[in-house]
Amino acid sequence: MTTEHQTLALILFSVFIAVTLGITTWVSRNRHGSPEEFYAGGRLFSPMENGFAIAGDYMSAASFLGISGLIALFGYDGLLYSVGFLVAWLVVLFLVAELVRNCGRFTLADVVAARMSERPVRIAAGTSSVVVSVLYLIAQMVGAGSLVGLLLGSSSAAARTLTVIGVGALMVVYVSFGGMRATTWIQIVKAVLLMGGAITLTVLVLLRFHGNFDQLLTSAADRSGHGARFLGPGLKYGGDWTARIDFMSLGLALVLGTAGLPHILSRFYTVPTARAARRSVVWAIGLIGGFYLMTIVLGFGAAALVGPDAVRASNASGNTAVPLLAAFLGGGAGSTGGAVLFAFVAAIAFATILAVVAGITLASSASVAHDLYASLKRRHARQRSEVAVARAAAVGIGAVAIALGLLAQDLNVAFLVGLAFAVAASANLPVLLYSLFWRGFTTRGAVWSVYGGLVPAVLLVLVSPVVSGSPESLFPGVDFQLFPLQNPGIVSIPLGFLAGWLGTVTSGEEPDERKHAETEVRSLTGAGAV
Amino acid sequence: MDKHAGRDAGTIRLDDPWYDALAVGWGEGEETSPPSPAPGGRPAPGASDIYLEVQRSAAFQEVRSRYRGFVVPATAGFFLWYVAYVVAATAAPGLMARPVVGAVNVAMLAGLGQFLSTFLLTWAYARHARLRRDRAALDLRWTVFEQERGQERSRARGSGR
Repeated sequence: MTTEHQTLALILFSVFIAVTLGITTWVSRNRHGSPEEFYAGGRLFSPMENGFAIAGDYMSAASFLGISGLIALFGYDGLLYSVGFLVAWLVVLFLVAELVRNCGRFTLADVVAARMSERPVRIAAGTSSVVVSVLYLIAQMVGAGSLVGLLLGSSSAAARTLTVIGVGALMVVYVSFGGMRATTWIQIVKAVLLMGGAITLTVLVLLRFHGNFDQLLTSAADRSGHGARFLGPGLKYGGDWTARIDFMSLGLALVLGTAGLPHILSRFYTVPTARAARRSVVWAIGLIGGFYLMTIVLGFGAAALVGPDAVRASNASGNTAVPLLAAFLGGGAGSTGGAVLFAFVAAIAFATILAVVAGITLASSASVAHDLYASLKRRHARQRSEVAVARAAAVGIGAVAIALGLLAQDLNVAFLVGLAFAVAASANLPVLLYSLFWRGFTTRGAVWSVYGGLVPAVLLVLVSPVVSGSPESLFPGVDFQLFPLQNPGIVSIPLGFLAGWLGTVTSGEEPDERKHAETEVRSLTGAGAV
Repeated sequence: MDKHAGRDAGTIRLDDPWYDALAVGWGEGEETSPPSPAPGGRPAPGASDIYLEVQRSAAFQEVRSRYRGFVVPATAGFFLWYVAYVVAATAAPGLMARPVVGAVNVAMLAGLGQFLSTFLLTWAYARHARLRRDRAALDLRWTVFEQERGQERSRARGSGR
């Protein structure tokens, strides 16, 4: 990387930071500090705005850089990720978005607690939401640290530490001063930038191959050194059966996890009606699907034009494939065009990370203030202090994420994202689906289903090869590995559903018919929705 | 397609006797025994009676069965198709690598097919909800709203006496 690249990239980073801070100041100029406004942005966003914000919330740097990097290195196997990430949205659209919008107010726990004994359910669902958010947040922080280090050419420990602290501080500022309104606008700006960047690069790649996709695939396969095998599955996940089952586990977690991610669920509360929530998901599916289709072109384009060897030389896990491709398309690493496109892509990746972490921080501070604090506080505390608690929680979560992000700097980002999805699918999805669709579901079932998914998911990771027992694990020196898979989803997701069923059939409590009627009628008609 | 039939079914049911019976029978029950608001700001017990009545109404059951009639088979379909895709990609890479046209192989077609089926199901769901559910759901929402208001009014009258 030349210094020209870096200066330009730094200027663009600073412009983006200035714009986002401007947005934050502008939206918070006459705030009233109501929970409605802080958590849900006043619920007045249009479906299109919310659709862009959802896309901005969902497409992390792992998607933009990670998936195209995986395609550039391993060919078809990278594409499996994007299919899982996209198909997951059908679960959200069909089973979750409208019903959650109609039944809840701010968080996942609202939907569940409406039918149950409130306190234990809120504590359980709030805890699992915070765990999922923190895991996802660590992944983004680690990604930010290594990414900015790579893009600026300084991979020193000090630069990474500074980046992680800087990103953490910025997200706390966005969230605690601007709330949902600032977060949403930052996500919209980021989604527009990301789509614009992806479209530009895709068009440039396709122009190189005269619009011939077949020729693109052939050149990518030739350049990769794997020949036709590059275009079929198996290069990354086709090893022994453990690796294959591990991938099935990941695939299950990806497709079921999205519907349990707290920061995605909280986006549905920012629109006025269930119909608007549905239309925003339709927008989001269009944007996300289009984006993942473009990452296929970018990934194979990077393999064909830059070559897997050059990509691997820059970053072993392929994260710099797209920036390198941009520099190549602009006219080569030394040229001005190359420098401009490279800096542009780097700035988009940075914007992506900032927007995603802001969304997650907001959702987890809502879980802390609205679910955990509200259930655990003393009885006669004042209601209006909830937003103040949420602002403080954002600062606290930021501090935790910075600390853990620094500790986990050497962990693989894609693994952390997969883990967050696995925990979301095991702990949050079963309880959500049961309370929306099962007449006989009880409080004990709800609590068991959350902990019955959360605890196995976390424990299985602790005894997995990620933590110990292999040269790449977190503690390579010791070996307490008992579970062969890296991703716990294939075991812990069924356990979450099983625990919810078991808790329900063993509890003596009669399910409340009236509350079930209320949930069902409200979820499908929007009666009484806020 | 059959959007007229669907819409008619919804509105006709809404004009069915249950609707009138509910609207008439409600206020009188309130007159004789005004429900006392439960402590702690919870909704009065009457509120969930409305929901219970609505849940048992034919119009609501129609909306619910239309929703489930689309969502259950569609979810089963895309989930099985996705699982089959993942299992084939991991367990049968040889089959997936079979070339079809030029450099495009079975795996590429299956992957693009997942994208295509997702887009098509999204479109179909949005259309189904718009044409066959939205109207009836909105009518039901009004029904609940009107009844709650009627209940509140009679309660206010009761306490003003």
